Amino acid sequence: MTEVQAHIVVEDLTMAYGDFVIQRDLDFTIDRGDIFIIMGGSGCGKSTLLRHFIGLKSPAKGRVLYENVSFWEADLHTQESLMRRMGVLYQSGALWSSMTLAENVALALKEYTSLRPKDIQEIVSLKLALVGLAGFEDFYPSEISGGMRKRAGLARAMALDPEILFFDEPSAGLDPISAKLLDDLILEIRESLGATIVVVTHELASIFDIGNNSVFLDPETKTMIATGDPKRLLAESEDPRVVRFLTRGKESRNGQAA
Amino acid sequence: MEPLPEKPEFQCQRVSGRRVQIRFSGAWTIGAAIPDFQDLPTAIGDSDQTERVAFDTTRLTGWDSQFLAFLLKIYHHSQTANIQLEDEGLPDGVRRMLHLAMAVPERQGARRGAARESPLVRAGRMAESSWQAVVSGLVFTGEVSASFIRTITGRTRFPWRDFGVLLQNCGSQALPIISLISVLVGLILAFVGAVQLEMFGAQIFVANLVGLAMAREMGAMMAAIIMAGRTGAAFAAQLGTMQVNEEIDALVTMGISPTDYLVLPRMLALVLMLPLLCIYANLMGILGGVIVGTGLLDLPLKQYLVQTQAAVGLGDFLVGVVKSAIFGVIVAMAGCMRGMQCGRSAMAVGAAATSAVVTAIVYIIVADAVITVICDIIGV
Repeated sequence: MTEVQAHIVVEDLTMAYGDFVIQRDLDFTIDRGDIFIIMGGSGCGKSTLLRHFIGLKSPAKGRVLYENVSFWEADLHTQESLMRRMGVLYQSGALWSSMTLAENVALALKEYTSLRPKDIQEIVSLKLALVGLAGFEDFYPSEISGGMRKRAGLARAMALDPEILFFDEPSAGLDPISAKLLDDLILEIRESLGATIVVVTHELASIFDIGNNSVFLDPETKTMIATGDPKRLLAESEDPRVVRFLTRGKESRNGQAA
Repeated sequence: MEPLPEKPEFQCQRVSGRRVQIRFSGAWTIGAAIPDFQDLPTAIGDSDQTERVAFDTTRLTGWDSQFLAFLLKIYHHSQTANIQLEDEGLPDGVRRMLHLAMAVPERQGARRGAARESPLVRAGRMAESSWQAVVSGLVFTGEVSASFIRTITGRTRFPWRDFGVLLQNCGSQALPIISLISVLVGLILAFVGAVQLEMFGAQIFVANLVGLAMAREMGAMMAAIIMAGRTGAAFAAQLGTMQVNEEIDALVTMGISPTDYLVLPRMLALVLMLPLLCIYANLMGILGGVIVGTGLLDLPLKQYLVQTQAAVGLGDFLVGVVKSAIFGVIVAMAGCMRGMQCGRSAMAVGAAATSAVVTAIVYIIVADAVITVICDIIGV
């Protein structure tokens, strides 16, 4: 068995907006190569937790460690170089609407590499082809559908071959088939690039299909109430709130269809 | 069988010692004038007289949310008055909807009460938020200054292509509206002056009046106010929408500073273009004066121009141009700052655009007054 390394460690994290605490006492580890699911009911702070990972919001207390480097205690330069190794797919895609898809994907490459424009163009075409958008280089984000925007956002997130990819509700607003294709793409990226993947979602099908590790945030007690492989949680968790969530509201797992 | 009544009504009957039955009749639908709830609690009586309340809906001809809302009030009343309700008499659908409405208890503290705060508390909050506005303004100014230094020392990539588009946007595309407004302002100044100066037979001094007023004050001010409404608001709306769409977040997580990439090019474009627009506005204003002078006052064109040239020195022009550069900073700062501070809703984008224009105009006028006083003191 190969040695697994901790990639991201969350230590004693408390998230708050002003005095309003969202979640407290979060402690968990994301291993290298994991597809890690952040799940929980609406309004429990999943997206806020994601914002703590990607440098958009600083914790009220506690630390987020990337390979033993504490992100929020590091200097600006270290933070930037850490962020350069991450890719983020936002819920709406968040493509820059004044740029074409090609320019969206190319921006990071122009900014951080010394590649020639022609080479950049080739990489951009490759990334767009990987997400099934070959030939859409010169389209503007407003000219394509929501699902395509999400895939273009993924191409942009993968531009610099990041070690960690974050997904904010990847299947929200997608039809079941597109959602499944996106899940397959996520698995494929993990297999081929060896990236660590963190997904915020409450889509049960996705959770069981792709996740091999997870944390469950509870909005009532404002803390995490379970962590581990979601399939194992479904089979073994003693906590009725977790079982209820994972069985789509059925009171016990016996009610679940085989 | 008698016809069922249409008018929504209820009657309370004491069916046994401590049991009251409420009989509903008619169509309890939205739009119908339903009876007042206030009469009901007295009809039911308090828990000393009444223990249980039952319903009879056999004469009810129709119901919708209006009926449910009424029943909900009865339920809430029964809870506070400690009276039991028997819901067997209600139609099936009504019973199920009521259960649904009461399934999740009201979350404590979720309801936003219209609690009135004392004037002192409100004054404190206002003071706190205006102090925060001052601090965030200073932080923004600092960020922009740092970004400016980074850019001129070449430590960050400047988006030249966007800059070109912005220059065009803040410059040549504003010419038509600047032309129109400036010619009209020149015309108006000349008219007002002509009427007064004609009394002394000194029509030729219209040239002095228009030339000086445009060069020192109105050219810079009108150009700045037009750009505040046209471009400052556009900056706020663009950046605000990018904030709503998480586009700004996407830049940040890619390690690209939105100040370097979005704010600075906009500021530089406006600060470079506004003095040029100001010079153009001056010329257009003088043209307006020429139209009145030659058309209405019958002054020869050459004489008017020579008079203008003699009256308006280079110093007067420079005062206007320097002012307009300062106004450019104000308009661009107000637009970009409100855009970057924008909340995450469509309402917030509108508010950001409005606030950008208002902030810019207020500070333009204040800055103009301060500069005029300074010019007076140093004798420019």
